[in-house]
Amino acid sequence: MKLREVAVIGFGVTKFGELWDKSFRQLIAEAGAKAIFDAGISGKEINALYVGSMSAGRFIGQEHVGALVADCAGFSQMHIPAVRVESACASGGLAIRQGFMSVASGMSDIVVVGGVEKMTDVVGNEATNTLATASDQEWEAFFGATFPGLYAMIATRHMHEYGTTREQLAQVAVKNHANGALNPNAQFQREITLENVLNATMVSYPLSILDCSPVSDGAAAVILCAADKAKKYTDKPVKIIGSGQASDSLALHGRKDICTLEATVHAAKMAYKQAGIQPKDIDLAEVHDCFTIAEILAIEDLGFVKKGEGGKAIDKKITTLNGEIPINTSGGLKAKGHPVGATGVAQIAEIVAQLQGEAGKRQVKDAKIGLTHNIGGSGASCLIHILEAM
Amino acid sequence: MNKVGIVSYGANIPRYRIKSADIAIAWRKDPDSIASGLNIMEKSVPSLDQDVATISVESARAALARCDIDPQEIGAIYVGSESHPYAVKPTGTIVAEAIGATPNLMVADYEFACKAGTAAIQTCMGLVLSKMIKYGLAIGADTSQAAPGDALEYAASAGGAGFIIGEKNFIASINDTCSFTTDTPDFWRREGRKYPSHGGRFTGEPAYFKHITNCAKNLMTRIKTKPDDYDYAIFHQPNGKFPIAVAKMLGFSYEQIKQGLLCPVIGNTYSGASMLGLASVLDVAKPGERIFVTSYGSGAGSDSFDLTVTDQIEEMSREKAPSVAKMIENKEYIDYATYAKFRDLLYWE
Repeated sequence: MKLREVAVIGFGVTKFGELWDKSFRQLIAEAGAKAIFDAGISGKEINALYVGSMSAGRFIGQEHVGALVADCAGFSQMHIPAVRVESACASGGLAIRQGFMSVASGMSDIVVVGGVEKMTDVVGNEATNTLATASDQEWEAFFGATFPGLYAMIATRHMHEYGTTREQLAQVAVKNHANGALNPNAQFQREITLENVLNATMVSYPLSILDCSPVSDGAAAVILCAADKAKKYTDKPVKIIGSGQASDSLALHGRKDICTLEATVHAAKMAYKQAGIQPKDIDLAEVHDCFTIAEILAIEDLGFVKKGEGGKAIDKKITTLNGEIPINTSGGLKAKGHPVGATGVAQIAEIVAQLQGEAGKRQVKDAKIGLTHNIGGSGASCLIHILEAM
Repeated sequence: MNKVGIVSYGANIPRYRIKSADIAIAWRKDPDSIASGLNIMEKSVPSLDQDVATISVESARAALARCDIDPQEIGAIYVGSESHPYAVKPTGTIVAEAIGATPNLMVADYEFACKAGTAAIQTCMGLVLSKMIKYGLAIGADTSQAAPGDALEYAASAGGAGFIIGEKNFIASINDTCSFTTDTPDFWRREGRKYPSHGGRFTGEPAYFKHITNCAKNLMTRIKTKPDDYDYAIFHQPNGKFPIAVAKMLGFSYEQIKQGLLCPVIGNTYSGASMLGLASVLDVAKPGERIFVTSYGSGAGSDSFDLTVTDQIEEMSREKAPSVAKMIENKEYIDYATYAKFRDLLYWE
């Protein structure tokens, strides 16, 4: 089947953080309105709506999120198809892929894709328990494993196999906070030091609290359009040239090697093939750094560096804003915040801003091709998109 | 505002202490990071025979010991607490009988989480200013509850203070007061429940910090003062970190809050916290010194006060009742097992 080319013609992101005075519906309505305004489309031109949300049911006691989002975006009288998708922390990335497929297949010309999570209406323990529903309840959560614990096991093994150090892990957080300090929508807009990370409260060795992404509220939205019609709406459309998705065993113990997220490897292969490019062609990437070790795994599994050399790459500073391949210019999940359903969509928004040259103080020079990498759970789902300025 | 002020004051802190480190060890937490994280080294613990009634009576007696007031001239007693011994039956009547103030007086118990005591001061000010009473006694006291293992367990402690409010011979004039109140459910205890619930991080920025900063700024704007005008400042202290942070946000220095900052060594005495801080300042204050107080009660609200110490304080025999510093020094450590017994944490049939 011949797919149509798909472009992003607008995006909108709310501030991420502990947004005590903003509800789930206010957040997604704000992001959606910003995206629609950015694209300059009218409501009547929208053919469908896709929204990623991991667990509105547990976080705010609300399901039936697709229709709700269409309603609070003011689309209830248009009766458009409204679809909510879930793939744990990769829900946003999955929504992008569903929207992409809808336009690529010719079923839709213009779709709105949103991602949203309101996580701070519940107390910390409840948020941890809700996030743990993305792990294997029977074999992991039941025995007390939480995500920090699971990623700590990965980190410990990576340290054992490849000599990765706590300092290298910590440097990921330091870099992402430095980037976040340049992002006005980031939850943490301040720099931190290596000592801050190493001396912070230990969550699960070797991950201190500053190795972990926070609990956040926030939303993001993008407008996808058939590429041949994109120039009608914007001078700077950004094409999605590759979309990959893969799955893996839900529990960590089902993996051949916990130092490799096979879902990333397979989704990347699919996306690179579709885009017809190699890892070396990528100018910058937003990767899923829910924990610092996750960014090290990501740059290895995406092929930016060899397996086992992620830690050393951090030392060589190749992933900093001015490095060879800037990673997480937005601040990443670590500093920008991680409202789980919104993350995958916000990653696309960051890459689009970079490729349009609209990323302000954190602009990467001459960025032409960018990649987003969104993980669900401890790696049981992965969504990858590759974008190119048109 | 017409003249009204604090005529006398008294405080009470139970002598038992448990170290944060010992609570942390009981729950297999890192003792150092807990103590430094909360800036609470130890907290006061009420003994088996101490409750809000005994703490209130002790505070009232201490206040009376420092002045020549005939208890029969006290026209109102209000006791603010969230751990009144009875759900129905006032603590205030026990205090009134114990100090000989009955029967011709007004009494009621107050509850507004940690600021019920300062609310009682405001009520007494109104009654004195309207000349309905000659003296009013406002007490804030608590033997606060914390579920075993909850973060609150490191803070929830016991203590209280009472202030006799009148229009003459006051040691500190209350120049003005204002409140800032919203419905913000950051911390609560439902009817019939033994332990409170709280909203975790929600208790910070949108609750404690929002209410204290707004209330304090509103008062300083109204009376045209700035932080530099004060010799002392007291802010509610649910842990040792928040009052230091809120003081900084408002432009007060650590030096200004040091004398009233008791949480690091006695924990959070809830309705007693701001009141004990003020008592600690009055223990050392000199004529002409100016004091700023802002309490905070979850649910949520703050009361701010602007006070000026008068010459009368030199006339008062402050040593006739124990100072806050003396009560802090007079301590005996208990272990977690004894704490569990004192706080009724053990269950058997």
